This record gives sequence, C-alpha cells and structure tokens, in this order.
Amino acid sequence: MAAEKLKCKECGTDYPLEALYVCERCFGPLEVAYDHSRLDDRGALRRKIQAAREDVWRYAEFLPLSGPPPGPGNRAVPLGGVPAGWTPLIRAERLGEQLGLHNVWVKNDAANPTHSFKDRVVAVASARARELGFAALACASTGNLGNAVAAQAAAIGLPSYVFIPADLEEQKVLATGVYGTNLVEVRGNYDDVNRLCTELSAEHDDWAFVNINMRPYYAEGSKTVAFEIAEQLDWELPDRLIVPIASGSLFTKVARGFEEWLDLGIVDGRLPVMNGAQATGCSPVATAFGAGADFCQPVKPDTIAKSLAIGNPADGPYALDLARRSGGSIDAVSDEQIRDGIALLAQTTGIFTETAGGVSTAVLAELAARGDIDPDERVVLVITGDGLKTLDAVRDSFARRQIDPSVESFDEAAARAPLSAEAAV
Amino acid sequence: MSVAVKIPVALRPATGGESEVTVEGSTVSEVLDSLFERFAELRERISDEQGALRRFVNVYVSGEDIRFLDGLDTEVSDGSELTILPAVAGG
Repeated sequence: MAAEKLKCKECGTDYPLEALYVCERCFGPLEVAYDHSRLDDRGALRRKIQAAREDVWRYAEFLPLSGPPPGPGNRAVPLGGVPAGWTPLIRAERLGEQLGLHNVWVKNDAANPTHSFKDRVVAVASARARELGFAALACASTGNLGNAVAAQAAAIGLPSYVFIPADLEEQKVLATGVYGTNLVEVRGNYDDVNRLCTELSAEHDDWAFVNINMRPYYAEGSKTVAFEIAEQLDWELPDRLIVPIASGSLFTKVARGFEEWLDLGIVDGRLPVMNGAQATGCSPVATAFGAGADFCQPVKPDTIAKSLAIGNPADGPYALDLARRSGGSIDAVSDEQIRDGIALLAQTTGIFTETAGGVSTAVLAELAARGDIDPDERVVLVITGDGLKTLDAVRDSFARRQIDPSVESFDEAAARAPLSAEAAV
Repeated sequence: MSVAVKIPVALRPATGGESEVTVEGSTVSEVLDSLFERFAELRERISDEQGALRRFVNVYVSGEDIRFLDGLDTEVSDGSELTILPAVAGG
C-alpha cells in the first residue's frame, strides 16, 4: 500500500505511521503522506477501481492501511466490518428547478449503514487501529460518530467507548446504545467532550479514539466522498460542492480527495468551488470567513444542528483557506432556514435529511438566490445524515387528519381541510 | 499562586516525562512563563515568536477555554488547574 508516513501540516516534520496525531515540535495536526510512484496508469487504475468491491475499500490505494483492505483473507484484519460508502449520487432535477439551477446532484450519505458519512471515517480508522493492534474503539461524538463507532465495534467484535454531550437528540442516543457500547453522556457541550477525550486518550493509550489518536487515518476516510462523486460523474469533476462544516475535517478532506486525483492525473479539470455550510447558532468558521480572518474565534453553540455544533473547530484555518483559494465561501443559515431546507430537500428529492443536511440545502438555496451560482454549473449537494436522527426538527411542521374508517368521515375531513392535488413543491 | 499545569503527551518529552507540573503565577501568562523557566524547550513549542499561543494550542483554566475568559491575561487562583491540549478535529 502507498501510505508512506505522517507529516505535520504546519511545519512539515515527518513521523512514522503510528497512533500519533499532533506534532511534537509545533502542535500542528499530522496528515498521511503517500508515495504513489508505483501507481498503475490512468486507464488500468480506473478499471481496477470499477471492478473492486462497492465500499470505501475500492479506493484502498488512496487510504492509509499498510496491508490489504479488511475482510476474509486478511490475517491482520480478518473481519470486514460495517460496509461503508458507495452511496448514491442522485440527479435532483426538481430541487434544481426550484432554485433555477440546471445541474444539481445530491450525494446521499444518509444511505450509509448507520445513516451518516461517519461510517466512512470509522471504517478507515478502525481498520488502521486493528493493524496497529488496538483492542478497543472510542470517540468523542456529536451523535453520528457514536452511532458509527458503536456499530463498527459490534461488527468486528471489539469493546467500545462512546462519549457524547448529555443534551443530544434521543434518536442518536438510542441508535448508539443498541449496539452494546459503553455510552457515556458528559454534562457539557461537544467541545467539553472533545477536551475530556483528548485527556482520556493520554490515560488510555490502548484505546483507539478514532477522532483523536487515530485522527490522521480517520480523516482520510472522508476523501472517499470525493472519489465516489468523480467516479459517479463518469470520471469528471463537478464545478461546485456544498458541504456542511463542523470541525472542518470533511470539508477539507473532500477537497483533498479531488486534489490527489487531479495531481495524479486520474481526473482532469480543476478543484471544484468549495462552499461550506454552518448554522448561525454555531458559525465560527463562517464568521471568520466573513471577517476576512484566517483563524476562528471559538463560540458556545446554540443550534438545532447538533451534529454541526462544534464551537472550537480545529480544521477551521484550513477550511477558511480552502474556501478562499477555490473561489467559494462559508455561509451560515438560521434554524428556521434549516427546517425549510429539510422540507425543500424532502419535497423535491424524496430524501429526508437530518438538520446538518438542512443546513447544506439552505446554504445552496441562499447561494442560488444570491446569484452566486451560474445556472449551468454542475453542483453537488453533500447530504451527510438521515432525517430519522433528528425528528424534532420536523415535528408539527405539517397538517394531519384523523378519521374513522368510513368514506363519510373521510369526505367530512376533506371538506374541513381541503386536500391538495398538487405536489408539495 | 500555586497552579498545577497538565502537560499533554506530545509535550512530555520536553518535561522529562512529567505529566503534571506545579508552578507559580497569578495569570495564565505568568504561569506559562514560570513553566518555560523550568522547561525552556516548551516555549517555542507552545508560543510563536510574538509570545502568542500557537494556533493549534488550546489552554484551559479549570476546564474553560481561556479564549472565553481573558486569554493570556486570565487570572488564576491558588490551587487552580491549567490544561494544555492540542486542538483536535472530529465530530
């Protein structure tokens, strides 16, 4: 495999491919570096990918394992685990029509096994953790990651420890506990949970905290969103992406995926314009973007988009740089716009997304209304999680009729509150 | 004021492996200066040339990020705890 070393993103110091995540010299984050000098030529590589398994491991050449992908036949990592990725890219004509855009696609990552993109990053982090000999998985989570870690640990037979803020949506709590994990609710917000887990990871060095000591490997999993989009668009790149921002890891790694393939000549063209999406109730990156700052001032989150409620976004500086150099922006939308975004996506595509997807959809709508998007641009809206995870966001948002099981009762109800013969949007 | 400073794993090589160090100071800035006097190597790892914290360094006083307090001027009381941690992304 092609992963060569870890490298500090700030000062460039090299480290071995171990469970390290921070540079001892400057405290900067570490990232995986690859040696792709022995890669197949473009045609052969594309054919190899197309013939491979339909999950994130079809892109194993670009992921940080030292051996083959997990599964039967791999002695170090024999259990395949939860199959993540290879989610649909859906042409969203009716959504585009509403927004005056001709070429909109939805990358529906709610279609992952635990219903969010986190299955991708956990697949990669847990496989690397097993190669390194870890005996337990752990994470600090805003909810979706907890679902994914608990499920993956169950599938590969490891104990797990999931730390979440105590005020999370009940759906996310239940959909984590069911997998038999050690679920720890922390009285505090996500940033408190993250700080605690950073301290705990030093005390429990036999636990693989997927987003702390395994972070360089974990983050690489997000590149597969970009690889899939390129492959699903017949090896072409879209013009623009709308991606939600919590810590900024997904946003920056999706771009990194496109850039790796551009550098290697696997695809042609240029990096898509990258638009980041935040909720105004937790918008440190959007605020810094608007102010022209190159770092983020942390905030105390207050938003219905709890999966994006990270007030101290560690990849903020890189997200700001990416939005600027790609010609994009980072925008924030209100809780009301988020609810409208959820409804708009549901009623034009049939996709029910959680609040984070409402954020992305609302930002797309805002950019379109502002005239920032050329109607002919090829735009991909990245939907990161399922609406069943945040049901409160849609509670009481529509009319219901209750009737007796008789034609008369139905006619009566229909007369009281007329039924619509039109599509909702 | 006597303040306990918790040292993250990545910085322990610079403190001879110590995970907690007690130093004197009445503000975060003074506490860090006392720390740097004892472990000179820590200064350039935590601070930039202007004396500000490097951008991936987070400092907490009794669990609260000093950016929500008065930054390096945040006052510390006797027996409080100062934690230095790397910024970590995830969610």
